[in-house]
Amino acid sequence: MEGFDWSTLGVFFALLGAVLAALMGGIGSAIGVGMTGQAAAGVVTEDPSKFGKVLILQLLPGTQGIYGLLIGFVTLTQIGVLGGDPNMTLAKGLLYLAACLPMAIVGMVSAKWQAKAAVSSISLVAKKPDQFGKSMIFPAMVETYAVLALLISILAITSIGGLPV
Amino acid sequence: MSDDYIYAVARVRSKELSLLGRQDIDLLMACRGFDECLRVLSDKGWGGADGSSAEAVLAAEEEKTWAFIRELTDDLAPFSVLLYPIDYNNIKAAVKCVVTDTKPQDVFLSGGSIDPETMMRCVRENDFSPLPPVMAQAADEAYHTLLQTGDGQLCDILLDRACMEGILQCGKDSGSELLMQYAELKVAVSDIKTAVRACKTGKSKAFIDEALAPCGSLDASSLASAACKSPEDIYGYLASTPYGGAAEKLKESYSAFEKWCDDQVMDLIKEQKRNPFTIGPLFAYVLARQNEISTVRIILSGKLNELDDGMIRERLRDMYV
Repeated sequence: MEGFDWSTLGVFFALLGAVLAALMGGIGSAIGVGMTGQAAAGVVTEDPSKFGKVLILQLLPGTQGIYGLLIGFVTLTQIGVLGGDPNMTLAKGLLYLAACLPMAIVGMVSAKWQAKAAVSSISLVAKKPDQFGKSMIFPAMVETYAVLALLISILAITSIGGLPV
Repeated sequence: MSDDYIYAVARVRSKELSLLGRQDIDLLMACRGFDECLRVLSDKGWGGADGSSAEAVLAAEEEKTWAFIRELTDDLAPFSVLLYPIDYNNIKAAVKCVVTDTKPQDVFLSGGSIDPETMMRCVRENDFSPLPPVMAQAADEAYHTLLQTGDGQLCDILLDRACMEGILQCGKDSGSELLMQYAELKVAVSDIKTAVRACKTGKSKAFIDEALAPCGSLDASSLASAACKSPEDIYGYLASTPYGGAAEKLKESYSAFEKWCDDQVMDLIKEQKRNPFTIGPLFAYVLARQNEISTVRIILSGKLNELDDGMIRERLRDMYV
């Protein structure tokens, strides 16, 4: 590898970060929405009037995929793919990768756990539809950590450009 | 996999809304007679199109439960724990009918996993290969024992023991904690019932040893030794096991003990109300329905025979919901 210009890999790592954020968040959400969809279908099979309530609960684990897409998009606008500075050092590329990881990892894990909470809430709505408001809160609590990861990833990505590396 | 049951459990949760609760039981108890009870049940959707008699109504409800479970899962193997008693009752009836050369009439229970006609054919042709291996071996042994000795009781205990061993094995094979615990409870309770009956009829130690199925929570040999002596020895032995409550109820009356057995099952499955993922809630639903049907049967027969309300109430089981 003598004579290889390592700085050319900067944009590769930055792009890898953007892809991972969209990919892992999307995988988590797909699994989560799939799980909650099965539970929702079970309830609607027996009582179609609960469709509206269980649909909202089904969609809750879908937000991580959207957050991942957002992080991926913002990263692309910073690293010269959809805008920003295309001349990137290896260090800067690695920094973008690191900035994307909170959303990628927390997005995937939280979507799966949020789905489990949402499935339980769907069971709650099946038996006690008047408790729909409370049933929304339990899976929404898991969302907090996806939002925190989103915030830290956005702050990091938008700040890396100004760093002297 | 636990996630395989998400859809099924959600449907079960919705269905649980139509289970009879304590208020419904009070409503049935408040009915002035048998016919009014049937009308209340009919208003709640019980019975089929032709379900006019009490037995037809209860049979229709049992059938509805299994039809619902068959809709939810293709794999009924874990439910064999509940189907084995029906299958073994039917093979027992088939063996006795063939050996005594009588026509089977109202001796088979419906809802088993094996068609009673197949069982009759197996016994007649002395070829048990179409049956599951464990049942085939037990049926073969029971058939030849009955032919050689003419002892119907010996034939019964061979098949009952095979049934209990099958239930235990099925519980273990399911990998479900709930099914394992249920199988263990079922076998232990059956052993206690056998020991009590054998003690009252003065059976020999060899007979009791043959009749009791080994299980984890009871030592069959100690129970058999106690059963050879006196009912007090059985109660004394049970007090040192997790079934101390059974001894107390047995001292009270046999019907109190039977109610205790059913209430233990309800206690076991109540945890499943908070479980949204595994096969446990499906199994709990079937047991809850069976408990509900047996409670309604007690009320209906009490009303039909114009028993005192107090006498009926003391036999009523705890409900799942």
